[in-house]
Amino acid sequence: MSEARYSIGIDLGTTHSALSYVDLTASDGEKTSQGVLAVTQLTGPGAVEDLDLLPSFLYLPHESELAPDDLGLPWSAVRDFAVGELARSRGAATPIRLVSSAKSWLCHPGVDRRSAILPNDAPPEVPRVSPLEASVRYLTHLREAWDHAHPEAPFGAQDITVTIPASFDPAARELTAEAAAVAGYARMTLLEEPQAALYSWIQKSGGQWRKQVKVGDIILVVDVGGGTTDLSLIAVIERDGNLELHRVAVGEHILLGGDNMDLTLAHVVARKLAAQGTQADAWQLRALTYACRAAKETLLTDPEVQAVPLVVPSRGSKLIGGSLRTELTREELTQTILEGFFPAVDASARPVTRTRAGLTQLGLPYAQDAAITRHLAAFLGRQVGALAELEGFAGKQSAAATFLHPTAVLFNGGVFKSDLLVDRILQTLNGWLAAEGAEPARLLEGADLDLAVARGAAYYGYVRQGKGVRIRGGTARAYYIGIESSMPAIPGFEPPMQALCVAPFGMEEGTDAALPPQEFGLVVGEPVHFRFFGSSVRRQDQVGTLLDSWSPEDVQELEEIQATLPPEGRTPGDVVPVRLHARVTEAGTLELEAVPGGSGERWKVEFDVRGSANA
Amino acid sequence: MTDRNLSFLGRISLAVGTFFTILGDRGFAAGVQRLRDGESVAPAAPAPVAAPAPVAAPAAPAAPSAPVLKEASPVAALQLLGLLQRDARFVDFIEEDIAGYTDTEIGAAARLVHDGCRAVLREHFTIRPVREEAEGSRVTLADGFDATAIRLTGNVVGSAPFRGSISHRGWKVEDVRLPRLAERHDAAVIAPAEVEL
Repeated sequence: MSEARYSIGIDLGTTHSALSYVDLTASDGEKTSQGVLAVTQLTGPGAVEDLDLLPSFLYLPHESELAPDDLGLPWSAVRDFAVGELARSRGAATPIRLVSSAKSWLCHPGVDRRSAILPNDAPPEVPRVSPLEASVRYLTHLREAWDHAHPEAPFGAQDITVTIPASFDPAARELTAEAAAVAGYARMTLLEEPQAALYSWIQKSGGQWRKQVKVGDIILVVDVGGGTTDLSLIAVIERDGNLELHRVAVGEHILLGGDNMDLTLAHVVARKLAAQGTQADAWQLRALTYACRAAKETLLTDPEVQAVPLVVPSRGSKLIGGSLRTELTREELTQTILEGFFPAVDASARPVTRTRAGLTQLGLPYAQDAAITRHLAAFLGRQVGALAELEGFAGKQSAAATFLHPTAVLFNGGVFKSDLLVDRILQTLNGWLAAEGAEPARLLEGADLDLAVARGAAYYGYVRQGKGVRIRGGTARAYYIGIESSMPAIPGFEPPMQALCVAPFGMEEGTDAALPPQEFGLVVGEPVHFRFFGSSVRRQDQVGTLLDSWSPEDVQELEEIQATLPPEGRTPGDVVPVRLHARVTEAGTLELEAVPGGSGERWKVEFDVRGSANA
Repeated sequence: MTDRNLSFLGRISLAVGTFFTILGDRGFAAGVQRLRDGESVAPAAPAPVAAPAPVAAPAAPAAPSAPVLKEASPVAALQLLGLLQRDARFVDFIEEDIAGYTDTEIGAAARLVHDGCRAVLREHFTIRPVREEAEGSRVTLADGFDATAIRLTGNVVGSAPFRGSISHRGWKVEDVRLPRLAERHDAAVIAPAEVEL
């Protein structure tokens, strides 16, 4: 395989994607030559522009909606779909043909990610695509845009890093890797977004980061994107005289982001308009959401401004006569954003969950509690023991601590351009720390909030060649399969379930777990399902550990896994004893294999991504 | 487009297109300057619309006898109008009869138009002042200064170096980034009619 000229980092975001690259031949040590690809995309029918961000939207037009070459790109004259800015703007007026938030659907355990279900509220005649296919199209577009701009360095020959939320489960990771493979990404590695943000910060500091963090620091990365909130903890340790970074914990998957904030504000303003007797229609509500986003940014960045006027244009050509006029006041913003999404709460606060009504519409499982600070408190509380096993950290946290004490905070995501929000989180966190007698956490400054993930991913490809400090840590969960314990059947009672650890916490890329001693019977030729569990706190369990009971707080059920033994050389219906073997691939996905005793054979065990009714 | 009896709308379109072309194309600006100064220009009435593409300035301005004027396509001007309409509702605003509205109502709409126009300008042009000094500050212009970029006004006598104060910093477009268009795309439709089904 030829040497890659570039390390390419791709931020496949819920609402926007971006591509950054490091020229490996022109980089040396802490001096890196880096760029961001302006992605060629349609911005209007028949109009092509190069923009830094590719909106992660897919539009599936009606055949008579556009002229034949309106969807053409410089590298492909005829298309029947659009990706990017045109898809976003076109879809605002025709949402039934717009695929959005494909990434959130890709990790939605309640639906079949390989079946054509999007747009999910489209009438039957509209063609649909699967969440996987939508991701493939975004990734393909980025590859084609690169190849168009860099014909001298084909994409397939470069090192690619694609970022994913740290909270993605193994199935979602594998689907992302599969989408990348289908999109023609030959040399691809996955990287967690909060890690990418930290890499970007390290790179941007140009070597100064060693002065800003010290051994014993615990860096909390708070990454609030358009659609998701992602939390990670990274410890700074010393090994062989060098600083080393160790990712010790990741948060749960929280579908909550900047877009939720804009939408909430739009509804607040729409209610105000309704009270004045003006009912905003769906089109105006969308326009109001855009107006609120701009107003939010103004109010959040300039504390002097007390109100921002909002004008929602009429749909017709009468601009002055038909426009709605209102304003967004600081009080409304504070009430909605600061108190709604970032309330000052105690360290003991936990997100409120309510039981979903019996029949919910099939949609995305948005976070039920919008308060990011409560999710943060829950995360730190759950991870209070995260450092116990880490060398150099034993006994550092006081035994009375009720949550893990970070010493530094790195923010990522456009919403943190606002000092108000940064201050609110820092003050809340420092309030918790002060209550337990700990030092306040420092803010790691100088982060690039919009493009950090793509940049950090490109830099990671460079670091992987041994050119800089790497974040270690491996998998942030231990994995278990559910086995029914043998006991006499009792009518009306399910047999108790035990969880067998098959992959311990902290497996690094490219490593294998030991074979557990326990064997299972697989029926030749028939798919066998196992219940599958993950834990982000059980760091001590080794392969073969059996759990008899666990709290749902510690161990969460993931999607089922499924193994099918091909009947080659066997009689269908026979039961073959196998053991389950786990490995983490170089790309960063978890692979499970069924290994029959006494032979060198291995069969892949699949994650069941077809969705289940109870998920 | 180059009809001699331009409609009012046609003239607005021409004026706006010309405005930005003047900003972006130094040679064209010089041509318009000559036109305004009453010099005879080869084909009488139709004001040529030059594409803002980075083409070398036509001929040398030192040859006023027969300035070479290009018959450029109006596509770039139409594109810009389309962008201003899409992002700033520019044509809607100008075409609306504002006589019956209060200043508050017009002001509210103007805010929207202003925001949009500014977004279009910032997105598609890199516009910088010709002179970075503050307006009102004294400057000295050495011999051979760029007469296209700096206009002398008032008591214009003597010879360089000229000393004076900046009354307007000027604007120049350093970069133009207009969308590339598909071959058969009709740029004349600056805003399609919308029909909701």
